[in-house]
Amino acid sequence: MRVEGDEAVLGITDYAQDQLGDIVFVELPAVGRALAVGESFGVVESIKAVSDLYAPIAGEVVAVNEGLADAPELVNSDPYGDGWLIRVRLARPLDEGALLTAEAYRALRADGA
Amino acid sequence: MALEASAPTPYIPNTAADRARMLERIGLPDTAALFAELPAQWRDPPIEVPPALSELELVQLLRRQAAANRASTLPSFLGAGAYRRYIPAVTAHLVSRPEFVTAYTPYQPEISQGTLQAAFEYQSTVCALTGMEVSNTGLYDVASAAAEACLLAARVTSRRAVAILEPFHPGTLEVVRTYAFGADLRVDVLGDVRQLTSEHACVVVQQPDFLGTIVDLERVVAAAREAGALSVVSADPFALGMLRAPGDAGVDVVVGEGRDLAIGVAYGGPSVGLFATRERYLRQVPGRIVGRTRELHGPDGEAPRTGYVLTLQAREQFIRRARATSNFSTGQALIALAFTITLQTLGPEGLRRSAAYCYQAAHGAARRLASIPGYAVVERGPWFQEFLLRGPVPAPELLRRLEARGVLGGLDVSARPEPEARDAILVCVTEMTLPEDLEALESALRAIATEAA
Amino acid sequence: MASRAPVSRALAGDEAAPAAALTFERGAPGRRAVDVPAWRGEASELPPAHLLRASLPLPELSQGELVRYYSDLASRNFGIDTGSYPLGSCTMKYNPKVDDLLASLTGFADLHPLAPEALAQGTLAVLFELQEALGAITGLPAVSLAPAAGAQGELAGILMVKRALEERGELARRRRVLVLDSAHGTNPATAAMAGFAVTELQSGPDGRIDEPALRAVLDDTVAAVMVTLPSTLGLWEPAIEAVARDIHAVGAYLYADGANLNAIVGRLRFGDVGFDVAHLNLHKTFSTPHGGGGPGAGPVLASSALARFLPTPVVARREADGEATYALVAPEASIGRMQQFHGSVGVLLRAYAYLRTLGLEGLRAVSENAVLNANYLRELLLPYYDLPFPTRVLHEVVFSATRQRREHGIRAYDIAKRLIDHGVHPPTVYFPLIVEEALMIEPTETESRESLERVAAAFIAIAEEAARDPEALHAAPTTAPIGRLDEALAARQPDLRWRPPAEA
Repeated sequence: MRVEGDEAVLGITDYAQDQLGDIVFVELPAVGRALAVGESFGVVESIKAVSDLYAPIAGEVVAVNEGLADAPELVNSDPYGDGWLIRVRLARPLDEGALLTAEAYRALRADGA
Repeated sequence: MALEASAPTPYIPNTAADRARMLERIGLPDTAALFAELPAQWRDPPIEVPPALSELELVQLLRRQAAANRASTLPSFLGAGAYRRYIPAVTAHLVSRPEFVTAYTPYQPEISQGTLQAAFEYQSTVCALTGMEVSNTGLYDVASAAAEACLLAARVTSRRAVAILEPFHPGTLEVVRTYAFGADLRVDVLGDVRQLTSEHACVVVQQPDFLGTIVDLERVVAAAREAGALSVVSADPFALGMLRAPGDAGVDVVVGEGRDLAIGVAYGGPSVGLFATRERYLRQVPGRIVGRTRELHGPDGEAPRTGYVLTLQAREQFIRRARATSNFSTGQALIALAFTITLQTLGPEGLRRSAAYCYQAAHGAARRLASIPGYAVVERGPWFQEFLLRGPVPAPELLRRLEARGVLGGLDVSARPEPEARDAILVCVTEMTLPEDLEALESALRAIATEAA
Repeated sequence: MASRAPVSRALAGDEAAPAAALTFERGAPGRRAVDVPAWRGEASELPPAHLLRASLPLPELSQGELVRYYSDLASRNFGIDTGSYPLGSCTMKYNPKVDDLLASLTGFADLHPLAPEALAQGTLAVLFELQEALGAITGLPAVSLAPAAGAQGELAGILMVKRALEERGELARRRRVLVLDSAHGTNPATAAMAGFAVTELQSGPDGRIDEPALRAVLDDTVAAVMVTLPSTLGLWEPAIEAVARDIHAVGAYLYADGANLNAIVGRLRFGDVGFDVAHLNLHKTFSTPHGGGGPGAGPVLASSALARFLPTPVVARREADGEATYALVAPEASIGRMQQFHGSVGVLLRAYAYLRTLGLEGLRAVSENAVLNANYLRELLLPYYDLPFPTRVLHEVVFSATRQRREHGIRAYDIAKRLIDHGVHPPTVYFPLIVEEALMIEPTETESRESLERVAAAFIAIAEEAARDPEALHAAPTTAPIGRLDEALAARQPDLRWRPPAEA
């Protein structure tokens, strides 16, 4: 997740895309949908697995990455860039301390796994 | 050699000596120790099954039972969902190849290109025949395919009721009800497509309908669209050799029964349920789907070759588990293969010609029977191979008397709601009906009329 | 190394076309593979034109071309008749040829499903006797042969539970079905299709049912618990007696996934254990051909208490004047039909034929040798592969390629592909889901000792190759008709049928 003003861009982590393997399809919500924290907003499918996408924050979906319909492999190749999933207008300002940065997440995975 | 030393059955190679060697390697005293974990109070109970037969005795027994099916040898005018078709000799020959017969679901594409490419041929053939955009590799039978179509429609529309348009096959209707009980869907049986409402996820219509009449699918599609429902057609694939492809009429899902063109009527199964739909519903399709792709790397630096794989498997139970589109697993691959080979052997001209022959033979037969004093053919519009016949005695009695004269005259439909079916039997004539069978029916009908007079 | 190719390298039947070219891309307009008669009698008027089809884009090949094409496809397939096929959970045993021959006798094959029952007594007698035998073997005396395959049998069984709960007035409350995390995917999918919420239970650290954990989630909202016995790990469930007691104590039903009956056939009955309802896969235990993915048959069996809910039809035997007659009947509170007619009769005939060649002694020999073979193979492979649950097994054994992955970057997938080069069909991989890098091996009773040793030698050679030359494994298979295929491409850009040139 990347916060830009009162909006957040959501994606999956590099670790998650690696665990899933070749991503072949991404199902995303309709623009305008309101998301609660922890709500499932879509699905990513790889050849051998399916994974739900959960919203880490509350807000309204203002854009979805239309490019993934034709090129779902972007989630594999560039999960933090062109492989973004949805853009959400935050329901309330974010307490950034409550969420992990990519670096902190990588460090955590390296410890735990 | 002592009997206990020999292999236990022709299909099990281990002899006593083999078993002893293997047990020694495993470190067990005897084979009973293999089952030591099974609780003693349940182990090796008395079970009553018939004693073992040699192959010769088995063949004799089952030949006797086959002969006891006397219906298989009588002139028959039964249809109603199972139709006698000519299956070219090529079909049985090719589907007997042991590499097709004794393989399983093609999980390893490198050594399953036969099954996979044949399934792609099946999908292509079904799409060509029905005019649809995507097909799976086949479901169990037409009835479970119709039920799965209803479940797909309910998922797509988020509606909780489905509509079935009469006249509809009662067996298929019952399977739809079984699946609907599971999915907590309401099933409404409609007499008129105008009864469709915005509560219905879909309307399912049979082509030709259960009483043999050809349906104008465009009317059904228009009514479905107006209600925001999907249109599902249960079509006889053989009749599609003559009739408009449902896809042309704008239908959303086509299901059908492939058994009769694959292995024959066979007391109703095994079957294969055709299931074809529009690309927009692809990710909601139940069952297996085969896709064309290419090698990751070509051989020895050459260009990658084309090959076939199971695909879009994230819809399926072994990946998506409780949220799969269906629990479907082992299907009807060999029957689908036989269906494909029959259709491709007939080819476009053969299928058209056979369907036309069937149509003409049935209409000629109807004219002959209608000309017998005391009998009338009831027409409900253009029809394909089945028609309603009324006689001088009530329908159940008419069938009994025909059977007493060695003819299976058709199906009693006299209790159905349609007014035209009142007092009538449903008679089926196909390209397989012999002239002498028709003569036998005709003379039996005449004799019954004379008795009744 | 790579001494025996399982199937011949593709020889395209038509030299001009690559093997992957379809019938639609072969032949020529005007060719035909069979002659059919044209109608020569009086012609009736055709239906109006708007009801008739325009084009019919089917392929046009001569008979020889068509036969060569499909013969070539067959040669690019691997079946049990080709070689060892230890595909775990699928029970790929030898299929007796006489069973196929008998099922295709015209008396059976030409029988119309709506024929008067009095004139179909041969088939009905066979079906009745099959019901009786399956009831005796499982100790669940109420049997319907209607379901088309195991998964449909499961659906029938869970719908019977649903109907019974509806009758008890408890359906509104009992909305959950419990399944194991080691279960076949069909279990949760079936429960969902039957309208239940699915609760997945974690297996214990020994891979078996964690009975205290199960008891903790059991209450009166549970409709049924689905258990595969023996489990998909090929293991007996020591807690099953307690589990059955717990489940019945809360008024729920115990369901047996009978996919693995071949491990215990003739030795233990589901009914004695306390199972209320079960399905069987006749193409597994009763050796009907797998057909490249069907047809199967999935009878559903139940205790007498649930008999009234069985799917339609059931074959009933009646005796009058010392003569038995058989009839198709609908159980009183039936869940309804599963197929348009009476079931996969052709498959049921084959299963009956198989059963009649065995008798009770033969059935016991099936389970005895299936279990012996699995344990022998387990013993031979034990030094080379990790065994996550290191106890003796029943009909199958699940190894793991974690050691090869950790030490050499070789995955179960690579091992599977290399087995092809050794002429062995790969085992089931990545299932059950609770085993990492799973290699699920089921030899069945019809493999000889020598054949098991050959299979073991292939596995061992691959384990050694993984250490010596892991790159070679990544390139496998090298002797198959085609190399590894791009499955991601297939799913990202679905190409699912031949398209006419104008459309493509």
